[in-house]
Formats: sequence, C-alpha cells, structure tokens
Amino acid sequence: MDGEDISNPLMEEMCANGIAAVDDAPSSSTSTTELKSRPIISGEQLDIEAYAGLYSGRTKIRRLIFIADHCDNTAMQLEGLRMAYDELKKGENTQLFREVVQKIDDRLGLNYSMDAAWCAMVDRKADQRKDKLESELNAYRTNLIKESIRMGYNDFGDFYYAHGALGDAFKSYVRTRDYCTTSKHIIQMCLSAILVSIEMGQFTHVTSYVSKAEQTPEALDPITSAKLRCAAGLAHLESKKYKLAARKFLEVGPELGNSYSEVIAPQDVATYGVLCALASFDRTELKNKVIDNINFRNFLELVPEVRELINDFYSSHYASCLEYLGNLKSNLMLDIHIHDHVETLYDQIRSKALIQYTHPFVSVDMRMMADAFKTSVAGLEKELESLITDNQIQARIDSHNKILYARHADQRNATFQRVLQTGNEFDWDVRTMLLRANLLKHEYNLRASRKI
Amino acid sequence: MNSVEGLVTQIQGLSSTASDVLSLHNVLKQADDSLHAESTRLLPFLDQLDPSKHSLGYLYFLEACTAGPVTTESASSFVLIIARFISSCAAEQIRLAPDKFISVCKRLKDQVLFLEEPLRAVAPMLAAIRKLQSSTENLTTLHPEFLLLCLLAKCYKTGLSILEEDIFEVDQPRDLYLYCYYGGMICIGKKYFRKALELLHNVVTAPMSTINAIAVEAYKKYILVSLIHHGQLSTSLPKYASTVAQRNLKSFCQPYVELANSYTNGKIADLEAYVQANMEKFGSDNNLGLVKQVVSSIYKRNIQRLTQTYLTLSLQDIANTVQLNSPKEAEMHVLQMIQDGEIYATINQKDGMVRFLEDPEQYKTCEMIERVDSSIQRLMTLSKKLTVLDELMSSDPMYLGKVGRERQRFDFDDFDSVPQRFNI
Repeated sequence: MDGEDISNPLMEEMCANGIAAVDDAPSSSTSTTELKSRPIISGEQLDIEAYAGLYSGRTKIRRLIFIADHCDNTAMQLEGLRMAYDELKKGENTQLFREVVQKIDDRLGLNYSMDAAWCAMVDRKADQRKDKLESELNAYRTNLIKESIRMGYNDFGDFYYAHGALGDAFKSYVRTRDYCTTSKHIIQMCLSAILVSIEMGQFTHVTSYVSKAEQTPEALDPITSAKLRCAAGLAHLESKKYKLAARKFLEVGPELGNSYSEVIAPQDVATYGVLCALASFDRTELKNKVIDNINFRNFLELVPEVRELINDFYSSHYASCLEYLGNLKSNLMLDIHIHDHVETLYDQIRSKALIQYTHPFVSVDMRMMADAFKTSVAGLEKELESLITDNQIQARIDSHNKILYARHADQRNATFQRVLQTGNEFDWDVRTMLLRANLLKHEYNLRASRKI
Repeated sequence: MNSVEGLVTQIQGLSSTASDVLSLHNVLKQADDSLHAESTRLLPFLDQLDPSKHSLGYLYFLEACTAGPVTTESASSFVLIIARFISSCAAEQIRLAPDKFISVCKRLKDQVLFLEEPLRAVAPMLAAIRKLQSSTENLTTLHPEFLLLCLLAKCYKTGLSILEEDIFEVDQPRDLYLYCYYGGMICIGKKYFRKALELLHNVVTAPMSTINAIAVEAYKKYILVSLIHHGQLSTSLPKYASTVAQRNLKSFCQPYVELANSYTNGKIADLEAYVQANMEKFGSDNNLGLVKQVVSSIYKRNIQRLTQTYLTLSLQDIANTVQLNSPKEAEMHVLQMIQDGEIYATINQKDGMVRFLEDPEQYKTCEMIERVDSSIQRLMTLSKKLTVLDELMSSDPMYLGKVGRERQRFDFDDFDSVPQRFNI
C-alpha cells in the first residue's frame, strides 16, 4: 500500500503504546529543569508536613484531622494529629481541641494530652471578649454609625469563626450586608461568607455569594476574582457538575499564588481542574483550555505528575496515563474535597480513554487494545459491552475472533423503518381518537337527554 | 286466543310494503304484553309465519316464546328455530325492533351455553351481526356476545375476521369494553400481541365516569401483553385516559405492576421467584398462561439485546449472559427466535458460535413499495374522516353555544351580542 513506509514509525509508536514503558512518554521538561521543591501531590506517600504547609487557618486543622481519620498508616495518623494539636494550641477553638485530644488518646505522650487549664483560660478569655464586643456593638447601634456597626458585626463573625461556632459566624457576616456602603465591603462580606460556608460544607451558599460578589459594579482585582473562581469551582465539584468545575478551575489566574491558603492551594487547583477536565471535556476543549492554556501552565508546573497525565492522555499513551492515575489515587483519597468524587472521575476518564482509542478505527484487535490498557481481554470485553449498550461506542464485538468492528447505522433503512412505524402509529392514534370521540359524544348525548 | 290468531293474519297481511310494515310494527307493540302472557302456546303459530317475509312478526312471536326459562328439551328445538330465523330474516324489518332482535340472539347464546355447544351459535351470530349492523364501522350489542361464543368454542379465526374491521360508532360503551376485552383475549390466543395490545389499550383509556371491573381485568392483561410485546410498561396512562382510570387502576392491579417492575430490572431469578410467590393470585385471574409467557419472553429480550452489541458470540457466553443453564438451551432459544423471525442469525455448530446478521430487508422490492403506498392511501382516508368529524363538531349548535358563553372577554369590543344569539 502507498504510504506504508511513512506510516510505519507511527504504527510502531501506536503499537508501542502498550508495550513501551513510562519513559517513552514525551516529557522533556521534568528531566531538564531542576525542581525547586519536591512535588507534594505525587505518587509517593504524602508528606504531611509539606502538605499542611500549603494551608493555613481552620482548613489546615480539618485537613490534618481528615488525613488522620482516613489513612491506615499509624505513623502518618499520629503525625497528622500531632500537627493538628500544635496548630490548635495557637488558636482559640477549644471544641476542636477536645476532639483532637480524644483522637490522640494519649498515644503521643504527656505533651499531647488534655490541657484543661489552657481550655479553661481560652474559654474565659472568649467570654470576656464576647461581652466586650457586644457592648461595643450596642454602643455603635445606638449611635447608628453604619461603618462601625458593620465592623462590629465583622468582628463578631471573626470571633465566632475562630471559636468554631460556624453557624453564628455566618449569621454575623450576613448581617453586615445591610451596612455595606462600598463594593469593597460587599466583596469582603462575600469572601467571609464563602469561607464559612465552605467550612460548613454548604456549597449552595457558596454559589450564591460568588455570584453576588461578581455582580459588583467595580472591576475586581485579579486576586479576588481568582479566589472567587476557586470557590465557584469547589461548589460545582461538590454538586458533581464536573464540566463547570473544570471550566472554573481553568480560569483561575496565576495571581492566586498562596493568597487563598485558608481554602485551597494552587496544587489543588491544578489537580481538580485537570481531573474534572479529563472526565468531562472533549478533545478540542481539552486542547484549547488545558494544554494550550498559558496561565494554567504555572499551576501545572507545581504538580508534574498531573501534567504528565494529561499530556499522555492527549497523545493516546493510555497505559502510562492510567498508571499515573492509579498512583495518585491513594493521595487523592486523603483530600477532603475530592475524595468522594475520585471513583466517578476515574471511571469517566477510563471510559473516555476507551472511546477515544476506538474512535478512529474501523476494526480494532481487542488483544492489542487490552495490552494498551493493561487489562485482560475478557475484562476489556465486558467494559466495551457496557459502553456499547450505553451507546457511547458505535461498534460490535466479534467475540469469536476478538475483534471490535465499527458499525455505522444504515441511514436509508433506518429512515424507511421509521416511516413505516410512524405511519402505523398515526393510523392507530387517529382510529382510537375517533372511537373515543364517538364514546364521548354518546355520553354527552346521554347526559343532555337526561337533563331535558 | 282470538287475539293471537288475529295477530297472525295481520302479520301475514301487512308484511309486504314498507308503510304496511310500519303500521304492523305499531300493532305489534301494543300487542306485546298479551303475547308475553300466552308465551307457552305460541310455538305452533310460528309454523304459520314465514321468517323471510314476515320477519317482524316472527321476531315478536319468537321473542315472546323464548322469554321463559331454558330447559333441555326446549333448548335444542329453539336453537334450530332461532338459527334458521336469523339466516333467513329480512334485515330492514328486524332493524325496526333491534332490542327484540338482540334479546332473541342473547337467548340463543344462553341456550347453546346451556347445552354446552357454543360452536352451534357461532355462524348464526355472525349472520345476525351482519344483519343488525348499519355499517361495518358500527358496533352492536351482539359483537361481544359473538366474541364470547368464539372464545368458548375456541374458533378464533372467525372471531378475528370480525376484529379486522375498524369500529368508529358505538351504541353502548359497555359493549365496547366487553368487545375489546374479548377481542384482546382472542388475539392473545392467536399470539397477535400487537392487536391485542391495541384492543386492551382501548378499554383502559376509554372515557368512563367510574371504574368498572372490565377495565380492571383488561388492565391486568394489558400489563402482561405489554411486557411480552414491548419488554416494558409505560408507567402512567396517557393523558387522554379518564381521570378515574389514571388514579385507580394501578391500585387494583398491584401484583401485576410489581411483576412489571421486576421484569424491567432484568434479573431472571428475581422474576421467577416473584411469579412463584404470587401463583395463586395470577391463577385466580386466569392469567397464569400469560404470566408464563412473560417469563419466557425475558430470555428473548436479553438475547435481542445481545444482537446490538455482538457480531459473533459463543453459545456458552449467551447461556451465561442470559442466565440459561447450558449452551444447548441457548441454542434452542436462538433457533426458536430465528424461526419466529425475531432475530436474524446463523448458528455454527462446529465452533459453537452464533453469528448475528443485520435485517436483510433492503426496502427495495415492489411489495415494499406497495405496502408504503397502501399505507399512504389508508392514512389519507383516515385524515379525511377526521376533518369531516371536526367540521361537524365545529358547526354543532350545542358546542357553539357552550364556547360562546365561555368566551374570554378582553376588551370593550368583546361585549357584543354574539353569545346571546347562541344561548340555548
């Protein structure tokens, strides 16, 4: 056949998809550039200190507690709890402190046991501060100075948040809305409300406050808009709208840096964005919005494994792509936002890979395909069967020879069939309608004659 | 005594022209009670009357004779007399007294049922229907009786010939319900599930003000036939079904609805277990045969689904996927389906493989063109009928009166005198 010489190297590369090892993957950047810091979200076991260093505030503590609850490695568990304890001692949240102490259960020695004195002191200070704030707020309210009232409620919100009373914090922040005069105030209120809602896990509020913040007449500065987009992305992720979540995460500007560490780290933005995009975008969108996205490249540099993953997927090196995914899984299961979406996303990515593999071919040898995806032929057959039944792949399986044949519906026959069927349905509909009309007329006549 | 003989002479005299027949009809109507009073003695007088010329009179006499209770001796003689009468009577005369005719035919049915020979009345009843019908689109009270006799006599073919005709006019709604119900049963017997579904659908969605037992029984069969034919049951009745039906039918047929749910889940073991558990309920409704057909149809449906995903498949895999016991059973099922024309496939016994083929119909033959053409003609006639009916309704004074009264009033100009004119 003509052109066979030219196509041979391509053929080899395609055959090499399954047999070649990971090193074949076209990644030039990692080997040449010197990495400044070890990647934190990677296939290796999670380095808790580095991970926790990405965050600050309450989310740091919650993430540490989550990791301690969900990993099976006791050393990691205790490490996480220890760091949570230290962090809590710096703050004022006694309730969370008690929880962590209970979880530690005296396994870390005397330094990390219940410090009742500290708790009592913090609670006393809290009550004093609360009284002070209340009296100040009442004074402001009688004086009716808008700005002071707003700041008073804000302080209340901060106070409640620091002490873990999230519901009250939210209410206080929302009350400042009536006293906001400039758009800066509104944005501040929205950001605080968003923060508390994310901590509470009520993502419907997050969406509404993000839209409220974005509707302000003034232009937002890039950091704030990046923060808002992150929050919106998180909200979409929670409600399983992966396409919208991907779009939001990919729009986050590089100015975010570490400024939103009370909620999310830039590594997370990269990971969530890529996973959601892989699961929900088609090829053109993937290329335009992820691979060619200059802004997003900064985020991808922080998580090189994720970057490799997406390049592999786009260039059809499915085996290595799925391998990266598998390695990342254990660490992703320790992340509070994405852990219950990991399975769904992985399934979707895998189906997309299978569909993309079969798309350009008229016939596919299932043994080669099974090699490319590193599964058995029987397992692959089952997966393909379910995809065909869901109408995601237009093909049929020759189970005897283990070949997948693409099948394109015969339009002409299908049209004739539909025509005859529509004719029959119309025929039946009209006949039954005439019959029913006659019955109704009869009934109406009966009723009319009875009336007279 | 005198009156009866006098009546006989009047009948013989006044049966020649149409106007005479009308006056005879009045006379007979007045004499009806006296005839009934002397029913036991009327039999010999029938010999004096000719059923073909004096049909109306004969009918009145016959109706009075058979009004009494059925006994074995009278039954056989009456069956013969009535059958002969029906075959030779004049259609225009009996149409003047349709209810008498109907009651005579019903008597015939009672008698053959009493004698347990329903077959004897099938042909006479068919003739009776033809004579009573004003057109082939008319449904008479005799139609369901006829179908009942066909069912009992198991001669489904004759029943089917009547079912082929479309019905557009109905005298009594109850007749329609019974007609469609029995018709559905006949079609089920002949395995014409599509037509059975249509007929049962008519009963279930017919306008009715209160729920009746016929509709309930029909709905039970409708669920089962729908599962066999379509493999699924639509969860709600269409919007044009009466509100009473939509609200209440499901609650009366609960075990059947459960059966449908278990069927759509696709697990054969669950379905069979459910059927076993509710055997007596299905049996008491005489639906056990249908239920068994439903269970066997689930295998067929699963195999049909396989044709969509596979080109070739081994018999062992088919047996595993469809939850059959052995490749041999799978082979028998597939063979049966190929013979019934439900799938297109070839079985390769050497390899134990089945190759699924596409529908070989290419839609290029003359027969296909004729089929499409005749469908088009038929639909055009139907459309014309629909337009005619629509025009009739729009010019009906009662309809206009109701619409005129309820017209929306939007501005001052609408307060004109048009509604008043149509206020009836």
